[in-house]
Amino acid sequence: MEGTAVRGRLTWQTATVRAVTDETPKVRTLTLEVPDWPGHRAGQHVDIRLTADDGYQAERAYSIASAPGEPLALTVERLDDGEVSPYLTEDLRPGDVLEVRGPVGGYFVWEPATGGPLLLAAGGSGVVPLRAILRERSQAGSTVPVRLLYSSRSWEDVIYQTELDVPMDGVQVIHTLTRSQPPMWKGYARRVDAKMLAEVAWTAADGPLAYVCGPTNFVESVAAGLVGLGYPAGRVKTERFGATGQ
Amino acid sequence: MEALDDAAVDGNAIGGLLMEVFGTEMTTATGICASCGAVSQVAELAVYRPGLGTVARCRSCDAVLMVFVRIREVTCVDLMGLASLT
Amino acid sequence: MSPVSRGFHRKRQEAPAGRVPPGQYVTADFPVLSAGPTPHTPLAKWTFSINGGREPKSWTWEEFRALPSEQLTTDIHCVTRWSKLDTMWEGVSLDVLLGAVDYDVAFALAFSDGGYTTNVPVADLLGGKAWVAYSFGGAPLGAEHGGPARLLVPHLYFWKSAKWVRGLRLVDVDVPGFWENYGYHMYGDPWKEQRYAGD
Repeated sequence: MEGTAVRGRLTWQTATVRAVTDETPKVRTLTLEVPDWPGHRAGQHVDIRLTADDGYQAERAYSIASAPGEPLALTVERLDDGEVSPYLTEDLRPGDVLEVRGPVGGYFVWEPATGGPLLLAAGGSGVVPLRAILRERSQAGSTVPVRLLYSSRSWEDVIYQTELDVPMDGVQVIHTLTRSQPPMWKGYARRVDAKMLAEVAWTAADGPLAYVCGPTNFVESVAAGLVGLGYPAGRVKTERFGATGQ
Repeated sequence: MEALDDAAVDGNAIGGLLMEVFGTEMTTATGICASCGAVSQVAELAVYRPGLGTVARCRSCDAVLMVFVRIREVTCVDLMGLASLT
Repeated sequence: MSPVSRGFHRKRQEAPAGRVPPGQYVTADFPVLSAGPTPHTPLAKWTFSINGGREPKSWTWEEFRALPSEQLTTDIHCVTRWSKLDTMWEGVSLDVLLGAVDYDVAFALAFSDGGYTTNVPVADLLGGKAWVAYSFGGAPLGAEHGGPARLLVPHLYFWKSAKWVRGLRLVDVDVPGFWENYGYHMYGDPWKEQRYAGD
């Protein structure tokens, strides 16, 4: 299946929640079962739709957190003023149903044949599709070198903490905590800037491929920074989540 | 007073909508702006969703390239801002 | 038929009838909804023009701010279903602006920086029903909410209150603006729930 396009289903399918896992106080992963799920690629997302008993519907898009071949998993961050995310992160339980459409996306995707070295830059919940990429890399036994630069508000907000803490051959994870840091923190403690990128990112001469995902301001700033370091614009893939405070 | 800014995502966010409208994956499709000639993948367009509809704009010149409005279960699709979409 | 997701419901409850139009909920927020990037026209280059009368008429920012202005408190209603109560504005009445022009047509198309347009009958701009507003909540109108000045026509759905307004084109037929072209109602009376063409 490597390298072949997986066509998403055009219509809404019913998904059943199989498991919920709290990642952080505000973030939860939902494992879903979808009959006839066509499979997905690392980096893709799904659209979900909820229907209330008065017929009211709401739709949102969430990145797929799992690798190809793994059950469909979505990681959702609760937005305080949200309408859908509080329901998904607090109320939804195994056995409940929702609708999904997809998988969606052919641009912000990676498989081992795509190559590298990879510079993955995550702002907050932008880490979700990048984690799917890392899982696919492991699963496929790829040795493409990876650097993940992951910006979070605080250590408590770091998603997949344990998983990212496990040393992975050829993968460097660099955290920056922008609002508060644990005592004895020796890592970066500020928003990603040009100086940090210059220290962390592969040099342009390495021929890297970058995937940048998160709030719009984060993505635009980091993408511009990478282009400033000489990355060809066509080698910087971006996925903007809109404005969420960070 | 908190402003809920829903604007300014990119074409990735409307991948599902595009799939429904065009019947296929479109985020890697190439659009040419009819105003300034800029060539871009749909995934990289600037997308605004003010609730009334979805507006995709050229990142170079801000011209409106695509508009999608869904009213009473029918989606109106306007691609007139594109010189081509392949 | 979509399956119901147990326990999911719309977050906001509709407000009791009377104070807000049908189908609306009350919010304390002021959502920023834009169809394009926020323009940043320098005040030195800003003008408000009325075209389509006997002679075109235009005001610079200084000339515009020298006109008599009013403060008002009003409710606003967005077609996306939020209503915001008791909003405070300051602006120049369209009675003053249109009063400076000689014209005999019945419709107007408001146009804005960035290309947005929306149509309003001239009668709905007169009689103390519409302003070009430059201040919100006692402070200069922020760029993301349409500053330096936006059209304010609170008796119609708020998409008619064009952000970053730069003028009116007076015309003798009702010409659809940006959203009206795609099926939104030509008039847009929230109390008659005129959201879409045909309502």
